Amino acid sequence: MCGICGCGQADEHLHSHNHAHDHTHEQGSEHASQAQRRLQVELDLFSQNNRYAEANRALFTARNLLVLNLVSSPGSGKTALLSETLKQQLGQLPVAVIEGDQQTHQDADRIRATGAQAVQINTGKLCHLDAHMIGHALEQLPELSDGILYIENVGNLVCPAGFDLGEAAKVVILSVTEGDDKPLKYPDMFHAARLMVLNKIDLLPHVDFDVDACIEYARRINPDIQVIQLSARTGEGVSDWLHWLNHQRQQQIAARVERLENELHKLKAQL
Amino acid sequence: MHELSLCRSLIDLLQQQAAVSHFSRVKQLWLEAGPLAAVEPEALKFAFTAASQGTLAEGAVLHLIECPGRAVCRQCGTESAITQWYQACPECGEYQLQVLSGEALHIRELEVE
Repeated sequence: MCGICGCGQADEHLHSHNHAHDHTHEQGSEHASQAQRRLQVELDLFSQNNRYAEANRALFTARNLLVLNLVSSPGSGKTALLSETLKQQLGQLPVAVIEGDQQTHQDADRIRATGAQAVQINTGKLCHLDAHMIGHALEQLPELSDGILYIENVGNLVCPAGFDLGEAAKVVILSVTEGDDKPLKYPDMFHAARLMVLNKIDLLPHVDFDVDACIEYARRINPDIQVIQLSARTGEGVSDWLHWLNHQRQQQIAARVERLENELHKLKAQL
Repeated sequence: MHELSLCRSLIDLLQQQAAVSHFSRVKQLWLEAGPLAAVEPEALKFAFTAASQGTLAEGAVLHLIECPGRAVCRQCGTESAITQWYQACPECGEYQLQVLSGEALHIRELEVE
């Protein structure tokens, strides 16, 4: 859709209105197919990714899946946290993981060692997962429904922020062995995330990391960001994370029930 | 590096537009990039040169249109210009700005033949 007048993207407009930017206007010729001419367009560079993301989101909704996009810098402990999480959740509800890395299958192997299903995507030279890759990875999880799908993004605090995968929320994981000012240095990611997990808190006595300052920085970027402090290694705080996951899932189910009840109500009114 | 994948998307979009609007070459294009869009304008220009090789947009000039970001303070309601995510409200000093615009990354205009 064209945001200027609401017409289809294919429409073009005659060059008749004022511009905020300066360039000279050349009159279009009658033989427009050969001559130079100006077209007003509305081409969103993220539109292709967003179309795939919406298709993924529709599929997640249809399958009643809570999908979380886990993002962080390399080495924050995403895979360790996921392994601990899966050990707690396996047998209780369907869970699976899509693993994104530039190379190797090591993370997917670590996840599979817990007994959970994992699909590895190798992005090669690419620095992020995109919605199209996720769509194909889903083909390998045809049975997954009524549970949680974790997407472990490529370790990178920059690029994955801009790419919607169709997830319910982004979760940014920051370990205390990194700087407490990372939210200020990589604001896009902290702005995009619903939850910040501070991992490796068992190491706090040994590092120069100010937890309160870090949380305050994150809230400067994103006043609504939620925070959980934990150690995937010792298990401290992991119950808060599991509780948060359960709460997200309950909220999502409640919202779906409300939508379905409304739909049912409308249909009954037509009887 | 994601600028390159965005430019590949851009070339696809231009090809789709070319089929609809009946043009075969793109000579110039104007990109609106908000200060909060997750791209670096110079990296985008560089990536565009690479991604457009051998396509209908090879050699096209990419112009950047600066568009201001706006935000409203949740604390005091003041509207202000914003250039980065962590700005304090110029009125009350609180870091409670809710972004209204500034994340756009759109091609607004094409010169084609």
